[in-house]
Amino acid sequence: MTTTVAPTTAAPAQPSGRPRAANFLRMLPLSPAIGLMLVFLAGPIIYCLYAAFTNMALTGTGAADVKFVGLENFRKAFGSGAFTNAIWLTLVFTLISAIIGQNTLGLGLALLMRKSNRIIRNFVGTSVIGAWVLPEVVAAYLLSAFFNDEGTLNVMLHAVGLPGQDWLYAAPIIAVSLANIWRGTAFSMLVYSAALSEIPKEIEESAEMDGAGGWRRLLFVTLPMITRAIMTNLMLITLQTLSVFGLIYAMTRGGPGTKSQTLPLYMYEQAFSFSQIGYGTAIALVMLAIGAVFSLIYLRGLNSEAA
Amino acid sequence: MIARDRISKLASNLVLLAIGILFVLPLLWVLFASINRTAGLRVEFPTDPTLGNFKAVLNTDTTYRPVLNGVVLCGGAALLTMVCAVLAAYPLSRFKTRFNRPFLLTVLFCTGLPITAVMVPVYGLFVQLNLVDTIGGTIMFMATSALPFAIWLTKTFMDGVPISLEEAAWVDGAGNMRALWAIVLPLMWPGIAVVLIFTFIGMWGNFFVPFMLLLSPERLPASVSIFTFFGQYGEPNYGQLAAYSLIYTTPVLLLYLLLSKKLGGAFALGGAIKG
Repeated sequence: MTTTVAPTTAAPAQPSGRPRAANFLRMLPLSPAIGLMLVFLAGPIIYCLYAAFTNMALTGTGAADVKFVGLENFRKAFGSGAFTNAIWLTLVFTLISAIIGQNTLGLGLALLMRKSNRIIRNFVGTSVIGAWVLPEVVAAYLLSAFFNDEGTLNVMLHAVGLPGQDWLYAAPIIAVSLANIWRGTAFSMLVYSAALSEIPKEIEESAEMDGAGGWRRLLFVTLPMITRAIMTNLMLITLQTLSVFGLIYAMTRGGPGTKSQTLPLYMYEQAFSFSQIGYGTAIALVMLAIGAVFSLIYLRGLNSEAA
Repeated sequence: MIARDRISKLASNLVLLAIGILFVLPLLWVLFASINRTAGLRVEFPTDPTLGNFKAVLNTDTTYRPVLNGVVLCGGAALLTMVCAVLAAYPLSRFKTRFNRPFLLTVLFCTGLPITAVMVPVYGLFVQLNLVDTIGGTIMFMATSALPFAIWLTKTFMDGVPISLEEAAWVDGAGNMRALWAIVLPLMWPGIAVVLIFTFIGMWGNFFVPFMLLLSPERLPASVSIFTFFGQYGEPNYGQLAAYSLIYTTPVLLLYLLLSKKLGGAFALGGAIKG
């Protein structure tokens, strides 16, 4: 399993000029997958495009008669402090936990592991991957305990003479971001380890012979060689982090107040706690749009690399 | 020069060790608390270890039924994903048509969509189709959400199987499905196992999808029931929570070990994911 360049692969030379019917028959095995994806992925997205412009609700007027309200939901969203707060928190959460945290820490771990002692390497690898394999809610509980007023973090802080506090109340968005770093770093570490293992040894060795020091070697030799992995990884973890729900919900419920209410939690609250399906889908549409933009950038990056 | 090398080695070992300790502490908490009679929130070694916490949670309502539900849901969904992914990957991998590239790009695009955002309209769709709180509906949705990535990964593995053997079979008059079943699949079992296990692990830990689509307590999988048992009322019993977490986590840990064995070390997965 080395890198296969996306998405052009060597398909066998088939005799061309077959009749259409034969072509159609050959493509038939795709139908179960296409059927499922049409009903359960494309269907909901199209439904989103409709419901987001209505006053649909589970209770009240929007339940009895569904009316088109045009851009009302979006106007309401962008004019509401809670929505702006959710967007803001989502950006903070994504920036701290994915782009800075998981990505940098994953890269750092992968780099350090190349010249470390084997026992330490295995110990770190196992604990980081262990955190990743844990089910979402279990991870949330473990870290709630860790950040709690009586938790392990404060025990450590007290030990070195620093004051502790209940981090989930004092700095909830920081606590859930750190939790997401703890839970997700393994992915970046694996991607970067794989990428680094493919750099030919001679290249780095010759840079060393030429007298390039550690940092310069990293900046001008190693990192440029794994640009593709960096872009791919950043894209994937950004998209994953945008839709984190369970971890935050189980740790803080988006609270205290709305201090850790990222976009997915805000959407859930509006659609189900307050029954505003129309408004909830409008928020979902905003999330999908953000995801789609990132997804397209990611595809472009892959394509330009593959070309 | 040598001395500098030594120092940098030592430094990187120390930094790694520090990071490793930070990562392992929360994991230690769950291990120690599960056998501690009076478990609190901090990592402490139990002075008087007990298996009482496990005994307390090992009953139908708390453990057996949710775990079984999880096996049915995630097992069923992972199998459905796998069957569809293998069928879809075959034409994509073996035949060149104008349809392939746009389809693969769509699949890749879908792997990036935040599934969380789709959940509100999916719930609406499920209400329309009368699928809310049904195991079948939930399985179908879970399978679909994992499909794009599974198709991608399966095709990557399938591209690694040389086509010459199939060509011989085609000459002998075997149909495509027969060639897939008799020739391609036996050659890519490791790849199939990887996709299957990877899909299952993802589903086993997923909270939001079953949380939204299932309502009856007797249908909830472990990922949701842990939340309803321990997250609803005030101060939970930490020892029991830890014991239950361990029981619920064990299957994926075992599967992950199997996965890294199949891939020859944990680090091969990165290569598969890079695609």
